[in-house]
Amino acid sequence: MTIDWNHFTPWASLAGGLLLGLATAAFILLNGRVLGISGIAGGLVRLRRHDTLWRLAFVLGLVTAPLVYALLAAPVAPRIDAGWGTLAVAGLLVGVGTRYASGCTSGHGVCGLSRLSPRSLVATLAFMAAGVITVATVRHLLA
Amino acid sequence: MSKQRILEFLIGLLFGLGLMVSGMTDPGKIIGFLDLFGTWDPSLAFVMAGAVLVGALAFAVARRRTSTLLGGAFDLPWSRDIDSRLIAGSVVFGVGWGLAGFCPGPALVSLGTGNLKAVVFVLAMLAGMAVFELLEGRMRRTAGATT
Repeated sequence: MTIDWNHFTPWASLAGGLLLGLATAAFILLNGRVLGISGIAGGLVRLRRHDTLWRLAFVLGLVTAPLVYALLAAPVAPRIDAGWGTLAVAGLLVGVGTRYASGCTSGHGVCGLSRLSPRSLVATLAFMAAGVITVATVRHLLA
Repeated sequence: MSKQRILEFLIGLLFGLGLMVSGMTDPGKIIGFLDLFGTWDPSLAFVMAGAVLVGALAFAVARRRTSTLLGGAFDLPWSRDIDSRLIAGSVVFGVGWGLAGFCPGPALVSLGTGNLKAVVFVLAMLAGMAVFELLEGRMRRTAGATT
């Protein structure tokens, strides 16, 4: 293992992390819920009365972020290297997996670790390990 | 639009900006972080540290309160089970995360850039979530029929 100093952004990442923490704190203290994106988005495919609008409002906020970011800083275009097929398969796996595990990087990662939940710690270690093994396989074993 | 909906929108916006500033919306950066056996970019550990630092304070405050700042009830996860569902689900998620470099939040934020690849990922993700709802509903009905 060598450190990728060219792409290492400790301060921007720390600052972004603090913003994520701030949003998480606001959600828990104002709405009384953990801020878990897979749970919030997952509820949108289940359409229940009085349960959809707040989810849509939140997701609309997420989608608006690149527009506001472009106004404040600079427009961004994501660099997505994966091909169409890989993206479709990956999306399916992320959708099914996060719902079975009841959480993703935000719900288990940020909120769970903030609450010192052993369940979320196990989930976080499991998806990180699976991610590391997947990247190692695709980048180094198969390439 | 009620005040509450505007609040949820603004929190989503703040979260989305945090994801962008931190580098989480760059799939190349995510894969760089997961590439422990290649050239490793440790940045995302700093994202987690910053988020958990503030998050832990919020949960410490929440624990001392009986209602939210707006007077509502807290609705926090109650399950403590570390079962095969949790682990298998997390592993399946991790494989998808490693393949595309997208987890749910950054994928939804990337919709706002108009990138067609992000649209495909999000549609597949929602389809996966719908598959979960279908299987979950079927399992619940089967369990109901046998008891």
